[in-house]
Amino acid sequence: MDLTNATMLRMFEQMTRIREFDERAALLMEQARVHGSVHLYCGEEAIAVGVCEALNQDDYITSTHRGHGHLIAKGGDVERMYAELFAKATGYNGGKGGSMHMAALDLGIIGANGIVAAGLPIGLGVAFASQYQENDRVTVCFFGDGATNEGAFHEAMNMASILKAPMVFVCENNGYGEWSKTESQTSVTDIADRAASYSMPGTIVDGMDIAAVHEAAIEAIARARSGGGPSLLECKTYRFYDHVGRDFGVLQRDPQEIARWRARDPIKLWREELIAQGVFDGKTADEITAAIAASMESAIARAEQAPDPTPEALYTDVYSETQV
Amino acid sequence: MARLNMVQALNSAMDVMLERDQSVIVFGQDIGYFGGVFRCTDGLQRKYGAHRVVDAPIAEGGIVGTSIGMAVNGLRPVAEIQFADYIYPGFDQIVSELAKLRYRTAGDFFAPVTIRTPCGGGIRGGQTHSQSPEGLFTHVNGIKVIMPSNPYDAKGLLINAIEDDDPVIFFEPKRIYNGPFSGYPDAPAQAWNTHPKSEVPEGYYTLPFGRAEIVRPGADVTLLCYGTMVHVAESAATLAEVDAEIIDLRSLVPLDTDTIIESVKKTGRCVITHEATKFGGFGAELAAIVQEQCFYHLEAPVLRVAGWDTPYPHAFEWDYFPGPKRVAAALQEVLEGP
Ligand SMILES: Cc1ncc(C[n+]2csc(CCOP(=O)(O)OP(=O)(O)O)c2C)c(N)n1
Ligand SMILES: [Mg+2]
Repeated sequence: MDLTNATMLRMFEQMTRIREFDERAALLMEQARVHGSVHLYCGEEAIAVGVCEALNQDDYITSTHRGHGHLIAKGGDVERMYAELFAKATGYNGGKGGSMHMAALDLGIIGANGIVAAGLPIGLGVAFASQYQENDRVTVCFFGDGATNEGAFHEAMNMASILKAPMVFVCENNGYGEWSKTESQTSVTDIADRAASYSMPGTIVDGMDIAAVHEAAIEAIARARSGGGPSLLECKTYRFYDHVGRDFGVLQRDPQEIARWRARDPIKLWREELIAQGVFDGKTADEITAAIAASMESAIARAEQAPDPTPEALYTDVYSETQV
Repeated sequence: MARLNMVQALNSAMDVMLERDQSVIVFGQDIGYFGGVFRCTDGLQRKYGAHRVVDAPIAEGGIVGTSIGMAVNGLRPVAEIQFADYIYPGFDQIVSELAKLRYRTAGDFFAPVTIRTPCGGGIRGGQTHSQSPEGLFTHVNGIKVIMPSNPYDAKGLLINAIEDDDPVIFFEPKRIYNGPFSGYPDAPAQAWNTHPKSEVPEGYYTLPFGRAEIVRPGADVTLLCYGTMVHVAESAATLAEVDAEIIDLRSLVPLDTDTIIESVKKTGRCVITHEATKFGGFGAELAAIVQEQCFYHLEAPVLRVAGWDTPYPHAFEWDYFPGPKRVAAALQEVLEGP
């Protein structure tokens, strides 16, 4: 597949942005500077970026508890995201949502979700509305392997197939749901196999290879957009850190397993690829990374200094009109 | 006797029952190999095997429904729903099946299922990790609803729940798993080991349902509470310098109405507090009972101090949480007027 240099560069930048964002979010959680805990996307960046680079600005995504990467890939502003973690008025949800509930309708981000698999039927409804409105938009639902054991996954897949909904189900199979290995929870080795039950294509792709993800996403999205119906894209990946935060402190995974996957760090692989293709050299890549890191630091500084929401805001937005 | 925190006390209850009764099965997400997110089932799978301490996929409807079938067929499952906030995919099975099975079969079938689930806020969990949904379950006839406030009660009540022939939703206030909580978030964390209720017998014992405990006798006002709020209530009585009679309900269904009525008749005043939202909450039921049974003894309106009627917020956690200041203000109001 031919990608322009600009696209390849942007993919590198976006993946780096996600990595630098979450590495710092982890520290902020450890220092108890942000409210609550964060589920880190480190290691899975190629999926969010590879898919979202194939979407239009006005397409939609639904996300998960591990959602920072999806938001950034869909154009989320990191300062507003940090502000949401800090529960500030300037955050994406005015401080009312937090890490697991960030949403931005103007970017087509229907929302992260603290409830596993909840985004799937919601995404289907969003896709149905697009179909009804004949507006050509596609919805992508991101979810984990563990989510495919919830009823909501199966209900959404079946209905999406019947309705020929313009959507793509993107499963991030990182081999674990919390601390349980996927094989101990899930009756199939490849989540893609589950697509057959719902008469839709199921494709497996290397989730550490952004070009592969991107190519598969382009095909699935084009199919959805042209009325060909939904499909399931399973991306094999790995989370570099623990289920929540960097180290929950209870159960460590096999260090060799971590090392094996770390060696296939999607950002590292892409960097090597871009150097090989002459898009940039190592020095430029380092400079890009350093600049993004610096921009994160200043985003954090500004977000942390932003105003708290006013106490009155506690009562607004429960209903369309504030009840007293 | 041992000094246990609430996590250890609950673990001990399951340990005792797995040992005593071959029909007991522990079942839930990440409870076996991993030992539970809050560590309540730590070590049980190693001790009793994966056929008795069974890991489940992420499928709450499946976990509850499967537990019902196990129980109908002679087992006593203790299912864990990892956070009460995740119970809703299983709500249908609880409400439509678990609660109604005995009634619709005219007593032929029953399902002795215990569902343990951590609830409540004060842990910066935001809207999907902090809820107190007990009122949704007290409203469903056919299930019992329990919420302990300390290690001793937790163990005795959990064993009772497992042995009970009715289904039990066993709420565990996660804010007090590792220590009592005064309600002052900036105060240093307390541990259980200096609290008298951390003395827990090592073996088998039970505490009956339907018995509230007067944790602090008082003359001026009855303060009804349960779970984390029992500890907050004590802080509030101290702060308000009011001689409050604090009653830890422990068991919401069945409810110890006798203890409540006797106390309110004595004090003539009643304040109710819970973390859950106020409108239509369990406190409304308590207020109605007090009104029906103690009306001619009341010297002031019955007040409720609860979570505000909003989703559990990410910002404003401590504005939302009914802390000592808000409870103290209500205690003063029923004594002195608004
Ligand atoms: C309905 C529901 N059940 C349980 C949980 C607790 N929980 C949060 S994330 C998670 C694991 C999800 O695994 P997977 O879908 O594979 O996503 P991953 O974390 O691996 O990205 C679980 C069980 C939840 N948030 N919602
Ligand atoms: Mg997973």
